[in-house]
Amino acid sequence: MKVGVLALQGAFKLHVQALKRLGVEAIEVRTLENFEASQALIIPGGESTTMSFLLESSGIFEALQERSNNGMPILGTCAGMILLSSKITDGRNDQKPLKLIDIEVRRNGYGRQIDSFESDLMIKGFENFFKGVFIRAPLVESVGENVDVLAELNGQPIMCRQESTIVTSFHPELADDDRIHAEFLEMVSNS
Amino acid sequence: MDELNRDTGTRLVKRGLAEMLKGGVIMDVVDADQAKIAEDAGATAVMALERVPADIRRDGGVARMSDPEMIEEIKNAVTVPVMAKARIGHFAEAQVLQSIGVDYIDESEVLTPADEAHHIDKWKFDAPFVCGATNLGEALRRISEGACLIRSKGEAGTGNIVEAVRHLRSILGDIGRISQADSAELFDWAKQLQAPLPLVQEVSETGELPVPIFCAGGIATPADASLVMQLGAQAVFVGSGIFKSEDPAPRARAIVEATTNYLDPSILAKVSRKLGEPMTGIEMDSIETRLAERGW
Repeated sequence: MKVGVLALQGAFKLHVQALKRLGVEAIEVRTLENFEASQALIIPGGESTTMSFLLESSGIFEALQERSNNGMPILGTCAGMILLSSKITDGRNDQKPLKLIDIEVRRNGYGRQIDSFESDLMIKGFENFFKGVFIRAPLVESVGENVDVLAELNGQPIMCRQESTIVTSFHPELADDDRIHAEFLEMVSNS
Repeated sequence: MDELNRDTGTRLVKRGLAEMLKGGVIMDVVDADQAKIAEDAGATAVMALERVPADIRRDGGVARMSDPEMIEEIKNAVTVPVMAKARIGHFAEAQVLQSIGVDYIDESEVLTPADEAHHIDKWKFDAPFVCGATNLGEALRRISEGACLIRSKGEAGTGNIVEAVRHLRSILGDIGRISQADSAELFDWAKQLQAPLPLVQEVSETGELPVPIFCAGGIATPADASLVMQLGAQAVFVGSGIFKSEDPAPRARAIVEATTNYLDPSILAKVSRKLGEPMTGIEMDSIETRLAERGW
């Protein structure tokens, strides 16, 4: 199994380390060739405006939309959630979402860095709490009818799934807990 | 779900933002227009300041924290994180920056130091701090004071990469040597570096700094960004290099592309074309004030 981690910018190394701990080969994806060698893709936290620009200049943007429509499993965390959403509020004016999951997000919806926080989360299917690390996190403002909400905080969705796409507004890669990655890999091996 | 345990300002939360900035370019901007140009070019964050280092160097005098009004304007103009500088040891300036919601505070040698013996106790703040360092001892002292991100200092406002290379090589070279040292040698390393022993032991065990390390001070071209990324920097700060060049927007975009694709010379060759004149730059022997010497 070869899982790509989008390495244009952001916390991609932490995802690569999580995959290695789970015994999976990780590919750092910077070019179309790297992307094509990947069975599944993780889009890490980082700055979504920066990644948007680099996704387009690298040509990965269209390729990713096509592969996703053909069932490629994708996990997007924080900036990854913003990029995969169907609509972005408070982003850069010309920022195009990938529209691969039917949710609308507000960039920095939980506030600036000074408001960033940790909180214990209950996630559907997990027996114990998961440490959610929210950094200038996006707020999910609406969810389409085909989207499963896997976790909420104060009644707001923070983890969602639609078919083979999973998104989180927090950073599982910072949590020192690989359960979300393990669940994603299980989805990849079943796909 | 509820508000039961929502912890702000934790070490993980402060360090986490630095993780998110890796592989990116943080650009100095002096107004909202420049901030927008930087964001459109793919900057991961902007550093709001009244004068870029090249102008501080030219004008002389005391350089202080920027006007909060100007920082607010920049905050309102962009969606990326906004950093701002406080003088070394000037905790009151840092308190002001935290109160207006600056995302990262740079306790910076580019401004005129306020305290000749003490840096800010950064543990007291919920806002994260970045500090400069020229060598490993300085980096570890800043981390012991609570810095969540280290940048190699280089020599700001010169457009000359030579000092950035020296500082990065010094920090990363010593990390390499310490990770080869046996446990008895670490006591002497701590003494030589004037750094706390537990941090020296941690570096020896992990082979890396406990916080991310970025590079600043002298980056003016896409190849400069590639050079320092290949040497081991995890992201770059570009100060005067963008807005003191002939055509800032394309140069900013090119440096962003170069920082992502730093290992691919063919992409570097492509993005380095037709960028106009870089900032003029200064040779080290001709400068009177070495900003990098500030800090203790």
